[in-house]
Amino acid sequence: MPDTLLFAAEVTLNGLMAGVMYALVALGFVLIFKASGIFNYAQGVMALFAALTLVGIQQGQVPFAHLINAVFGTSVHHFGWTVPSLLAIALTVVVMIALAIAVERLVLKYLVNQEPIILFMATIGLAYFLEGFGDVMWGADIKRLDVGLPQGLNSVIDETTFNIFGYGFFIDNLDIVATVIAAALVLSLTVYSQFSRDGRALRAVADDHQAALSVGISLRYIWVLVWAIAGFVALVAGIMWGTKLGVQFSLSLIALKALPVLMLGGFTSIPGAIVGGLIIGMGEKLFEFFVGPLIGGATENWFAYVLALLFLVFRPQGLFGEKIIERV
Amino acid sequence: MFYREAGDFKTSYVADSQTFPIAFDRWRYYAVLAVAFGVIPFFINDYWANAVLIPFLIYAIAAIGLNILTGYCGQVSLGTGGFMAVGAYAVYKLMTAFPDISIVIHILLAGGITAAVGVLFGLPSLRIKGFYLAVATLAAQFFLVWLFNRVPWFYNYSASGQISSPERTVLGVAVTGPAAPAWASYMICLVFVAVLAWVARNLTRGNLGRQWMAIRDMDIAAEIIGVNPLMAKLTAFAISSFFVGVAGALFFAVYLGAVEVGEAFGIQKSFLVLFMIIIGGLGSIFGSFAGAAFLVLLPVFLKNVLVGGLGWPTDLAAHIELMIVGGLIVAFLIAEPHGIAQLWRVAKEKLRLWPFPH
Amino acid sequence: MKDTTEPHTTADGRKIGGVLMEMRNITLRFGGVEALRDISFDIRAGEVRAIIGPNGAGKSSMLNVISGFYHPQEGEVWFRGQRRPSMKPYQVARQGIARTFQNIALFDGMSVLDNIMTGRLTHMHAGLFAQALWWGRAQKEEVANREKVERIIDFLEIQHIRKTPVGRLPYGLKKRVELARALAAEPMLLLLDEPMAGMNVEEKEDMSRFILDVNDEFGTTIALIEHDMGVVMDLSDRVVVMDYGKKIGDGTPAEVRANPAVIDAYLGVAHD
Repeated sequence: MPDTLLFAAEVTLNGLMAGVMYALVALGFVLIFKASGIFNYAQGVMALFAALTLVGIQQGQVPFAHLINAVFGTSVHHFGWTVPSLLAIALTVVVMIALAIAVERLVLKYLVNQEPIILFMATIGLAYFLEGFGDVMWGADIKRLDVGLPQGLNSVIDETTFNIFGYGFFIDNLDIVATVIAAALVLSLTVYSQFSRDGRALRAVADDHQAALSVGISLRYIWVLVWAIAGFVALVAGIMWGTKLGVQFSLSLIALKALPVLMLGGFTSIPGAIVGGLIIGMGEKLFEFFVGPLIGGATENWFAYVLALLFLVFRPQGLFGEKIIERV
Repeated sequence: MFYREAGDFKTSYVADSQTFPIAFDRWRYYAVLAVAFGVIPFFINDYWANAVLIPFLIYAIAAIGLNILTGYCGQVSLGTGGFMAVGAYAVYKLMTAFPDISIVIHILLAGGITAAVGVLFGLPSLRIKGFYLAVATLAAQFFLVWLFNRVPWFYNYSASGQISSPERTVLGVAVTGPAAPAWASYMICLVFVAVLAWVARNLTRGNLGRQWMAIRDMDIAAEIIGVNPLMAKLTAFAISSFFVGVAGALFFAVYLGAVEVGEAFGIQKSFLVLFMIIIGGLGSIFGSFAGAAFLVLLPVFLKNVLVGGLGWPTDLAAHIELMIVGGLIVAFLIAEPHGIAQLWRVAKEKLRLWPFPH
Repeated sequence: MKDTTEPHTTADGRKIGGVLMEMRNITLRFGGVEALRDISFDIRAGEVRAIIGPNGAGKSSMLNVISGFYHPQEGEVWFRGQRRPSMKPYQVARQGIARTFQNIALFDGMSVLDNIMTGRLTHMHAGLFAQALWWGRAQKEEVANREKVERIIDFLEIQHIRKTPVGRLPYGLKKRVELARALAAEPMLLLLDEPMAGMNVEEKEDMSRFILDVNDEFGTTIALIEHDMGVVMDLSDRVVVMDYGKKIGDGTPAEVRANPAVIDAYLGVAHD
């Protein structure tokens, strides 16, 4: 087969993998939106914060070291121990649950009946707060994240494709792991929401807050639950992206990229988040590959948004969203 | 006692619809104008001009612009940074291509160009609403920043990719470039602010303003009673972008002097102006000023207290600033979603009755 | 049935003229559901036409078709003797049709005065630049329209709340403000969607008086949806009865009251 076609196929595959990573972040958005009607702009920063906390715990950092040093004139940085990955992950999950409770108690409770745009702007404020908080707590320098996930060229695929096509496909092990994990997450979340009691309650709340209250579902409990799950999803996304890129501020901008994913897939559909992510991931890489060199490159900065925009103009509810019928 | 309307009856509709119906307010407004035009230029120094006054004035224009679109017309835009960039690059190209024409004309033209771009990116608002529209404006933001970064024509093929403002004068005094005295830069911004704020006031209190607010509050009902949503939304985008473009042009030419598009006009800028109108008050011209003042003064204040006073490192101060801004946004949205402008209105209501409690 | 469909003068001296608006064979579907099935009726200039029927009959949908908000899949709308092409709601408004809404649709962010002023917008033409500069044309137009609006405010006795933000008003006053906004447009045809809903006897009497005054003094044609039978019988010249999207009665209040199909519909006897 001609080399360009093979290369394009490889780009497509990598795009699909990138798409899975986007979908992971988008999942968190969908969960919160489904259950509370809030579009949580802070989801990306939550992923960053989760990753920062994980690395911090793993490496035995002193939380708020920078602040303590400034106030007391000390110069502590590390406790001197390291924490094994699995334990660190478990502790981070606890932190994310605490975060969910704090957000519900301090913010959501007071914003229940506000218009969606106010809620959205509140989550932007939350994102800024959390970003500053994460920086103060763990420091803003770039960190390496390593929880033992395999990285680098997958030699099995490389050799097999070389033998078949005469061209070795470069597929990163990490991407394969991400795909598997994302699939597992989606499956378990779907099963959970369809078959478990809490999952049913979640769907009830997503449909109608008042009706859910009237059958005895605790709105506040559901919200804490949803934000905690979203926090967990954020942690997974943070681990994946953090391993790939290192833990740094730009991680939160990835979340921004999840927005076009949601626009395509609809804000309330879990499979939609996945499909949207795949389309965006693939589309981005292919566009950059074919058209990028002609117009200066780095089109991945904006292509996803323009694609989503064009898509929305023709189908305002996305691929899977419910058609909006307006009534007067 | 002094702040009252007792005995102050209006005898014409014109008088009833003034901006400041209470006499005390009117006098206060004239006093502010007198100080702004007649006192400050004589006492201003470089530090105050560059750290506080000039950015305040420029952001006030941008905030009014965004408020028109988001606060009055209800169309959320996250593309403010990108549109400021359009204003900046437009004025740059105009200044370098037509060096003999006054910079004031160039700035107005830059505003006009930004208005046209705004209308273009505003077209999707006819089909898309709410968050979807906000995300669509992100397309404008990222695309425009990319455009000014990658297409060398915009920065006149310079090697660094930066644009810098050549020296220009108004009435014989330099207003741009390193030789411009602080008072001159301040005055040109002040004049633009005064004129544009007046125009914004007129537009928002009249027929067009009501159409915008109708669309914001209930767009379907608005259309049924006769609002043409296409014209209303696109004029909101156009006028808003004009303001934001002028702000961007001033930001580049008068304030910074040299600009790299990713740093100066990135998504952070869009959020900053959005925060200004949230904290200041959506749908309020005064609120735009209040929010701009607040978010310009806060970092200066924090820096002086934390770094100057307590000796903390600047990056820590910057992180704390993020926390405070974010926290304040949430606090305002919970406690007073209508921002400082509403707090001010409530305070005035209480003042009207003072010293009586009710 | 006695023919009340010719131009005539009523017992209390109001003139009722020729056909102003006519619905011909209107069918409206949402997906598989037929909200309106082959409905035809007319509205004469100067009359008060009631549209009644059990809940879910399609009355509000009918009004939405008249407003141009819903577009029927089949059938034609004729206005002032001409077939009305499919148009956007704001174009319908400009033709002289104003309305109130079942669930109040006022603009909560504005004062009562501003809300009513929005009703004048089909009559205000100052351009963008005139408005930006304010002094001169725009200001004159604003004052002239303000005068008209103040007359309506006097008429509906809401002077004391003119500067109040609409969101703070009690339900009954909001209904009145919505009526004021519709009147401000000086419409040829006024559509009222359940104007008495949620009101007590006194408020209903007030509202009835306003509606009659509007019809009497300004000659405005009125089509109203209403559930209170007493109101309907007293106020209207002719009545259309709908059930399950079809027309089951059309005539004077007395005729309609005696119509067996109408009685069945309200008592719940199934028919197809």
